[in-house]
Parts: sequence; C-alpha cells; structure tokens
Amino acid sequence: MTATEELKKTALYDAHVALGARLVPFGGFAMPVQYGGILKEHEAVRHRAGLFDLSHMGQFLLRGPRVAEWADALTINAVATMKPWQARYNIFCNERGGAHDDTIFYRLEGDEWMLVVNASNADAMWAHLNAHLADGVTLESHHGKAALIAIQGPASVAMLQPHVDIDLAAMKYYFCARAKVDGVPALIARTGYTGEDGFELFVDGEQATKIWNTLLAAHGQEGLIPCGLGARDVLRLEAGMPLYGHELTAEIGPVQAGQSWALKLSKPAFIGRDVLAAQVESDTYARIVGLKMDGKVPAREGYAVFASGERVGEIRSGSMAPALGNINIATALVEKSAATLGTRLQVEVRGTLHGATVVALPFYKRA
Amino acid sequence: MTLPTGLQFSKEHEWVKLEGDTATIGITTYAQDSLGDIVYVELPKVGATVTQFGNVGVIESVKAVSDLYTPIGGEVTEINTHLDADPAAVNRDAFGEGWLFKVKVTDASQTANLLDAAAYEKLTAE
Repeated sequence: MTATEELKKTALYDAHVALGARLVPFGGFAMPVQYGGILKEHEAVRHRAGLFDLSHMGQFLLRGPRVAEWADALTINAVATMKPWQARYNIFCNERGGAHDDTIFYRLEGDEWMLVVNASNADAMWAHLNAHLADGVTLESHHGKAALIAIQGPASVAMLQPHVDIDLAAMKYYFCARAKVDGVPALIARTGYTGEDGFELFVDGEQATKIWNTLLAAHGQEGLIPCGLGARDVLRLEAGMPLYGHELTAEIGPVQAGQSWALKLSKPAFIGRDVLAAQVESDTYARIVGLKMDGKVPAREGYAVFASGERVGEIRSGSMAPALGNINIATALVEKSAATLGTRLQVEVRGTLHGATVVALPFYKRA
Repeated sequence: MTLPTGLQFSKEHEWVKLEGDTATIGITTYAQDSLGDIVYVELPKVGATVTQFGNVGVIESVKAVSDLYTPIGGEVTEINTHLDADPAAVNRDAFGEGWLFKVKVTDASQTANLLDAAAYEKLTAE
C-alpha cells in the first residue's frame, strides 16, 4: 500500500483528519473511507443527510462551439440534445464496447460544459480526451484543484436551502445552477450516487473547508454527519448504480451492465457503437444481475456463481444491505441463461455453495 | 483504552483468557475498531482441533473479509452462537459478550508465545 504521505490530498484533507476520519488511498488521493462507522453513516443518508468529499473525482471543463458534436462521437448517450443547466449520465466506450469510464456531463452557460469522471480513471480519461481532441474544443482539467462536496439524503433541501441564494426545491433532478453557498460561488447540481435526493456542490478548493465546516456546524444537531467512501459504496449498491471497476469495466460494457437506457443508437456513429448495437440485437451477452443471498454469508467480488452445478459467472460487488433489513446483496456477471428474475443460483464462498436468487435492480428505491 | 486484566494477546490482535484448561478467545477492541462494523463471523466447528496461530475462520466487516487466527491450540469446546444473529456484539463489547470461541488447551506452555497487556499496548501504540 502506498504511504499516506505520497498520496494527493483534497482541499478538505485537514478537515477529515480533524474529524478523525480513517483515510485510505483511493484514485491517488488520501480519502476518508469512514468517520464514525459505515452503518451509522449509511443510516444518516437514508433518513436525514450525509456530507461527502468527492474532490478526488476528475473535473474537466470542455469549451467551444463543437463540444457537443465531438462528445457525441465519444459517448453512448446524447450530449447535443442536453438543455442548458441539464446534467446527464454518460459512458465513454472503447472499440470493443467495453467502458473507459462512466461520467456525468453538465451543460453550463454558452458553449461550456463540465465533465465529471471517476477518480480512478481521471488520468486515463484526460489522456483519452486529449487523444481525440478536435478543432473547436478546448479542455481544461481542474482535477485535484477544484473541490466537490455532496450533501445526500431526504433532508438535503431543508439543510442546504438556508445557505444558498436560489430555490433548491425548484431545481429538477439532474439539473444544475450557479449560486452562492454562504457567499461562495458554486455550481450546484441535483445529482448524486446514493439513491437519495441530494446536491453536489462544485466549489473552489480554497473555499471548500469553509462550506464543509459551516454545513456540519449548522446541521449537526439535525443529524448531518460526514460520510466516507465506505458508506457511499453500500448506498450506491443498494440503489443499483454501477461502480467502474465492478459492474462496468474495459471488458464489461454498458449493455451488459444494464445501462442500455443511456445508449442512443439513433446517434450516427460513436466509439463502440457497432459492438453495442450487435449485443442489443443478439441479446446473448453475459449480463449484470442483482442477487439476494439466502443466508448471512456475504458474497464478495470474484466469488464464483453456479446454476445447477455449472459455473455461470462471478460476483462483481457484494455487501450487507442495511436498507433491506441487513440481508446480503450482490451484483453478478452471469450468462443470459442464469439471468432471468427469480432464477436460483449458488455462490461459492470459501469452498461452500450458498443459495441466492436473481432479483430486479435497484435493490432499494427511495419512497 | 485500558485492557481488562487476566488476558494474554497475540500479535494478530486476538485475546485469550485461560481458566483451568479452558481458553476463551476473542478479538481485541483495537481489532474490532480497525475492522469497522462487523456483519458476519465464521467460527470453527465445536470438536475441531485447532493449532496455535492457525487460521480458524473469518470475520467480515461491511467492506472486507479478514482471516481469524487462534492464539492458542487445542480442541474447540464452544462457540458464541449469539454472534450469528448479532455480530455487532464484537464491536460493542469485544472483551465480553463479543467473545468468539473456547478451546480446551492441551499444551499450556503455548501461552509463552503470547503477549502480556503491557507488550500488547506497546504493539498497538506503534
């Protein structure tokens, strides 16, 4: 493991240390995996709200008259049709139909866009974008400089509203706006990765600690607590959202990962299109399914999955799911024959087979 | 954190309380804190013979699977079956209701391979 000293620090690093966070290397940064405990943090987000530092994620500014057209040739979802201040989930694929990264585009003023990429892919994505650079497009990386703070949970609107100069309730899901948070200029987006309502605040790194501390001080009494990447992973898994490196990889593409809703085959040409179109057409590909485990033994990434004694796939993510009464849930990449809802499968855990049932994703939907 | 008296410790953060030839075994408060919220404990079977410092099971937190070692060898006489329904007891009370299993010790001289409280405190302070 890389020593913490060699890792990059987000603008909120000192705040995390002061809060007693357990820091782990993630995407080249020393990031909080937990503060008071994953289950406690998960509970706060599902019932009140939690505050996350996501400053390790890559923030790239895309500018120019041809950004939309250019980005549409590199991604599976539509970019050109986005309205001003709209946010949209999108996936960059490779020629084999696998995924380079899953991302969110934010359409800003004029011909300016922001692209947020996974921390673990930020360097590779920066190289990918630059390798495909076209006239009429300029790129600017804010990775490691700009901060990103997320407030997630049913109380997000109530807690954040007193600090901002726009009407948050009027902001639609997957839209964004320029605003001030306690006087600090920010881009506020109604996006997230937890399955709850919430906002993501893009702010200058130097102002991030002020906002972070102000929000915690103002709403700690109402149950707002800092949350780490551990809770975030459980929350996103319950909400059925893919995590790059698990449900989506260079080999597991968006169709296999159940993200066909974001695939716009009506777009003329984009990287990976032919492979993805053929997958949709043939429908024979191995695919990601949700599993509920029968017993108390958690399924973990890499465990083999069997159907009637035959190996049909492997676990890609697994966790205990507090929002589902502490049962164990998992995602698995399985053959089509094993992917029908209700199919009984077996997961091999340390040499023993444990029963599981294929269930619909997401596991958890907010009320 | 003051350690309870009468215990010995392994470098892998297990504790042993030897009463007669019965050793009660658990993991330390330091270990449960490092692991985080414990969601599943897999213990050796009653009647199994275990070897000092051998792998006898797993402890799983929300995020990770960790091997469980026994700090002393012998025959497993009892396991803490309450942990099946309430694995978080190990987090709440690692030295008490969160005990893991009991072993009938065949070679008490193995305790010489363990740490006393002062040595264990020094280990975890590093």
